[in-house]
Amino acid sequence: MDDNPIGEAVAEADVERALEQAQEKCEAVFRPGPRQTNEQSDCDCKEGMFPQGKLGTSSRRAFLRSGGLLTAAAAIVPVKALAQDASGDAPWSMPGRIAKSDYGTRASFEKVARLASFGGTSSLTPLQASTGIITPSGLHFERHHNGVPTIDSAQHRLIIHGMVDKPMKYSVEDLKRFPSTSRILFVECSGNSNAASRSASQKTAQEAHGLTSTSEWTGVKLSTLLAQVGIKDGAAWVLAEGSDGAMLSRSVPIDKMLDDAMVAYAQNGEAIRPENGYPMRLILPGWEGNINVKWLRRLKIGDKPFMTREETSKYTDLITLTGKARQFSWVMEAKSLITFPSGDMRLPGKGFYEITGLAWSGRAPIERVEVTTDGGRTWHLASLQEPVLPKAHVRFRFPWHWDGSEAILESRATDQTGYVQPTKAFLTATEGVGPTYHYNGIQSWKVAADGSVSNVLQA
Amino acid sequence: MSFKLKSVILGVAVLSVLPLTVWAQQTGYPGGADYPFGTPASKADIEAWDKDVRPDGMGLPAGSGSYKAGAQIYAEQCASCHGAKLEGVRDQNLPQGGGPALIGGRGTLNTPKFKQTVESYWPYASTLFDYITRAMPYTAPGSLKPDEVYALTEFILAEGNIVPKTAVMDAKSLPKVQMPNKDGFYPDNRPYPVKRYD
Ligand code: HEC
Repeated sequence: MDDNPIGEAVAEADVERALEQAQEKCEAVFRPGPRQTNEQSDCDCKEGMFPQGKLGTSSRRAFLRSGGLLTAAAAIVPVKALAQDASGDAPWSMPGRIAKSDYGTRASFEKVARLASFGGTSSLTPLQASTGIITPSGLHFERHHNGVPTIDSAQHRLIIHGMVDKPMKYSVEDLKRFPSTSRILFVECSGNSNAASRSASQKTAQEAHGLTSTSEWTGVKLSTLLAQVGIKDGAAWVLAEGSDGAMLSRSVPIDKMLDDAMVAYAQNGEAIRPENGYPMRLILPGWEGNINVKWLRRLKIGDKPFMTREETSKYTDLITLTGKARQFSWVMEAKSLITFPSGDMRLPGKGFYEITGLAWSGRAPIERVEVTTDGGRTWHLASLQEPVLPKAHVRFRFPWHWDGSEAILESRATDQTGYVQPTKAFLTATEGVGPTYHYNGIQSWKVAADGSVSNVLQA
Repeated sequence: MSFKLKSVILGVAVLSVLPLTVWAQQTGYPGGADYPFGTPASKADIEAWDKDVRPDGMGLPAGSGSYKAGAQIYAEQCASCHGAKLEGVRDQNLPQGGGPALIGGRGTLNTPKFKQTVESYWPYASTLFDYITRAMPYTAPGSLKPDEVYALTEFILAEGNIVPKTAVMDAKSLPKVQMPNKDGFYPDNRPYPVKRYD
């Protein structure tokens, strides 16, 4: 039997106590002043698995502060009802809020949030709280070079011109009349995990690797649009330009455009969120986030790369061993990450835990993910959640019985080309210490004997 | 077979094929170029946005700029974020915490203290013109006229000791500028051969 069973057996006394607590809780809601400090000790919870800091925490204090009980119920039921009767039911077992037709929001107790960078040019997805493979649109990472523009979709236009027979202009409504296509795909900033390549100072999975997310994207295939305008002989590159303040632009080879590119207008079943490119963006499956140009307004067909700032000054990979830089390195190579348990969590005691995480590759479908709990001495096959989609996050799981001694948890992904996610040591030996884009080294989490989990550099 | 009979057979054949053709056009995806959506982009539509500039000079507008003019515009519109000496500024009160250094760093790219700037890292002068035109100054992107961008390009390149301060930047001279790190890039050579573990 495990020492740390999940859930609790119910005894008479528990019911009594719950009743009292519920009463206290409700009083606390209404009573300001010193009484509220009691809430601090009011934690018999299993929150220990989650960060103690601002991220992903939902302490009872927060729960009360959020006014969940108040807003949901107080309007309808008298205070007395909240204070419990002898039935032993929870205070929420009463008439709830009636249906509303406006846009739904998550439960007021849920606090999982993105984390914005200094300067506000990016925000990170809380991967440690992720489940399944889809990132809720509101938690999809953001990265922008001059803020998020406020675009009126009715006025937005996409122009396709250059080496074409018939330059065209499309509104969002025009695009929606074309045959549509939907794909579940990851988007990862090529600067993701950059800091993790050099240090273990980022505490959480979010801080270290949060510039990757998966959404279902819907739009029109670029091949369909290019057939409308007619590409001229000799066309080889397409300049994609955004309509944000940075007017971010990148050169895309026409082969990729004709292969699997799309102009997307929807994300997870609704209009793309402003920070992710509203009202339309380019989607290039498996390629670095930056080239999936957001707020797309222009595609210019040409015969040479345009050599914009984002493919020369930035998003090129300086290899400090040689002083030369890799350019046009678009594909995001195979990578994986354990999201639970992960940095800044605390395991309440030895026993059973399901290790879980995400794996992805921009080159080919994930073939396997292996997990080690002893810092790489022995590796075990993790199970992959079906469907295993190409160029999307894949959820992996591995059952683990923690014996209470120090453990180093790592995962490594292999894709169908046979490429295996490398170690940090391998990458440092091949690239030196660069301003690393495309860092995909194996991530290590240390579980200490007291159950605390921290980010450590590989031995 | 009489001519008449032949015509009847032909007529029947044509009639039986015709409705089929019509039917084929009404179902399934038209495919190809047969989606009559959107509107043709006019010359004016395109010209309003078509401002990108390529290393070979394609896209460079008419106009020109000198070091002196550039120095003045730089002091007025750029120095607050990029520094009076183009050394970069770190200041929490500025957008993004300030702008990066634009010069310096030559000879550092193969060291752990690498410093990537226009001077040390950028392979093409055209990129500087293109980027300033579209994205700078940060708080008013797109506000500079071609003469001003030529002048700023000349000023920044001269401060980086890439062109003389006496040079004049225009559509002819700009593509000829040789950047110090023009040969510093190579196409993607991944994936690395990574060992399989089984
Ligand atoms: C309000 C602050 C601000 C002002 C004013 C400003 N810049 Fe910038 N500049 C920035 C920031 C921030 C960046 C980095 C943008 C990014 O992250 O994409 C930048 C980037 C640049 C770069 C690219 C540097 C590189 O290595 O990639 C150049 C070149 C540049 N600015 C030139 C100018 C010029 C010329 C002006 C004046 C016309 C100017 N800037 C005015 C803030 C500013």
